[in-house]
Amino acid sequence: MDLQEYIQLVFTDYTLRTITLGTAILGAVTGMLGSFAVLRKQSLLGDAISHAALPGIAVAFLITGTKDSNILLLGALISGLIGTFWIRGIIKKTHLKSDTALGLILSLFFGFGMLLLTLIQKQPNANQAGLDKYLFGQAATLVESDVWMMTLVTGLCLIVLLLFWKEFKILLFDADYTKTLGFNTKLIDILITSFIVLAIVLGLQTVGVVLMSAMLLAPAAAARQWTNSLGVMVLLAALFGAFSGVLGTAISASQNNLSTGPVIVIIAGVFVLFSFIFSPSRGLLFKQIRFIKNRRDLKLHKTLAFMFRIAETHENIAHPHSIKILNNFQGFTKGTLQQLVRKNYVKLEGSMWSLTDTGFKTATNLYNQQNKDDD
Amino acid sequence: MTSAQFEIQLIASLVAIACAIPGTFLVLRKMAMISDAISHSILPGIVIGFFITQDLNSPLLILLAAITGIITVVLVEYIQKTGLVKEDTAIGLVFPILFSIGVILIAKNANDVHLDVDAVLLGELAFAPFDRVLAFGVDLGPKSLWVIGSILIITIGLLIAFFKELKISTFDAGLAASLGFSPIGIHYGLMTMSSITTVGAFDAVGAILVVALMIAPAATAYLLTNDLKRMLLYSIGFGVFCALSGYWLAHGLDASIAGSITTMLGLVFLLVYLFAPNKGVLAVIYREKQQRTEVSLLTFLLHLKNHSEESERHVNHLNEHINWQKVRAKTVLDLALKNNMIQFDKNIVSLTTKGEAFTSQAIDYIITNEDGKIEHMKEDFFLFRG
Repeated sequence: MDLQEYIQLVFTDYTLRTITLGTAILGAVTGMLGSFAVLRKQSLLGDAISHAALPGIAVAFLITGTKDSNILLLGALISGLIGTFWIRGIIKKTHLKSDTALGLILSLFFGFGMLLLTLIQKQPNANQAGLDKYLFGQAATLVESDVWMMTLVTGLCLIVLLLFWKEFKILLFDADYTKTLGFNTKLIDILITSFIVLAIVLGLQTVGVVLMSAMLLAPAAAARQWTNSLGVMVLLAALFGAFSGVLGTAISASQNNLSTGPVIVIIAGVFVLFSFIFSPSRGLLFKQIRFIKNRRDLKLHKTLAFMFRIAETHENIAHPHSIKILNNFQGFTKGTLQQLVRKNYVKLEGSMWSLTDTGFKTATNLYNQQNKDDD
Repeated sequence: MTSAQFEIQLIASLVAIACAIPGTFLVLRKMAMISDAISHSILPGIVIGFFITQDLNSPLLILLAAITGIITVVLVEYIQKTGLVKEDTAIGLVFPILFSIGVILIAKNANDVHLDVDAVLLGELAFAPFDRVLAFGVDLGPKSLWVIGSILIITIGLLIAFFKELKISTFDAGLAASLGFSPIGIHYGLMTMSSITTVGAFDAVGAILVVALMIAPAATAYLLTNDLKRMLLYSIGFGVFCALSGYWLAHGLDASIAGSITTMLGLVFLLVYLFAPNKGVLAVIYREKQQRTEVSLLTFLLHLKNHSEESERHVNHLNEHINWQKVRAKTVLDLALKNNMIQFDKNIVSLTTKGEAFTSQAIDYIITNEDGKIEHMKEDFFLFRG
């Protein structure tokens, strides 16, 4: 299947269109809210909540007996919120740390959910099959109403983000200051946390419990590398998320036996890896290049300083010296010498070198930052 | 009780003990979430091992999976060291990606073999007795019993051998390094043991229960004691109790054993979380309330001491000046009267000699910035507390 054919199929085929749209919207909304989770150092909250949502799904099914995904998601939302607030309670009221609280709620809720699921499986109700799709996610089960639901939540989330942008931003970076300004920090905090929970619950059906945390974090972590501005980061994260969704769906649709969730996560992981390496200001590659360049500059300065010490002893600073005497110390290479010539600090004549006027001036100011001029 | 039932309970208890020991240290070292990450990211290791050996219980598989677990830890630490993202984000990124690789490997290659993700994540203890070790035609018991038994023996051996090192490096890494132990060595040793335990236990009880058995008993024990040895014992006790009671719960409900054990762990934690004597939520709330009243009392006494003029000490004035709610004011006044700190004289409140002494001393402490000492002072002066 070539690309053109595939794109055509996306527009004509109902299932493929629904899934592509669904994963794209999901990626965008989780990316947006994930930015806040990452910056608030709540990255693992996503993992904990997605696990904690399981008993809610089971209970919702036990009560209603139907498999309407909206009702199940409501159950998931409630139990996710209970989990979140219990985590906060544990951290606030006891001396247990946040990692323990997260791990506790995650495993205990999930285990309880498993207990309920096995109980449900015993029921004569034939409706129960397929509840376990929430464990690993099945994008293929997305229908148009699910996509509408996602769009609705995303729109709501956008409105709230735009309305409370200032509050969210200030709470993110300086919680104490926010409090002194008279904002109700608790309310803002609860609002943003609830939206994160909502986004996670929304993604359960598509990518499942285990992979949800990556959906939340990866786009945000990738976006963080490219910018220092919150607005740009949220926008970029939404874009990355949407792209991972579309690309992941495309790849898994073009191959047999590939479930969509894991492929989306791996694509998002590739985005993260790419950003980690190639981001201009924070990326590992450019950091390494800067590091090497700095080291080379240092060596250059060292050579220049050594030459300066020699030239200093002569009345005429341009007095030529043999290159050989430079061998007496480390740090001199042909490369650095060439560089010095190129910068017009040093003149080379045969096997002799001499300092130029600019070279002498630079060398005088080398360890004297006061009259520094960049060249 | 049939022998299969006995064997299941034995395996569950051994898993509980084997998990509780590394779990205690993980909780104390604030690395609880690492165990969750490991339990998921061993999947690709298990899958690759399974392709090579075609046997879910082979030692090679355990080895490969344990190596993947250590790779997870190393990756998380590497990403964290680059400073690009925080530690929790690094954990949250690494394990789903490794897990995804595992899922895709299974989907692409293992269609016809018996290995699915549910089995790895959830496990089924009920089947454990059916997979037996046979040597020379003699039945030696279930395979998982042997696997988890040997892991437990290694864990206990290492715990006894390195108890001192573990203890010091957990509570004071700097001291450990200066004494000549390598905290990094201990760290990776602990991580290796956690990975091996996770792998050894996953096929009996599933990855999620392993996490629950590592974190929940240790966290519960941590709410009850501050002593490392006691904490280890308590968490082993809780683990085994929940394993056994969980089994019978599952038996009664005819539901998943792993789920029931986790549910029991959750119930026990909830009870201790609410009712633990010093660190439980109710105790904390009570203490906070007590402290609030006592701080109010102190404020009140200081106010009285500051104002010698009668008009400031008149009941009506106090009412509007301090502006407490009626109930709170009454509690504070009652407490002060009960402790003989104040006396009434025609609606004028004044300090007694005891109240004077208490307040002067408190002011001294506040001025010299030693507020902490006021707490001990209360014990000397107060007959009744808030």
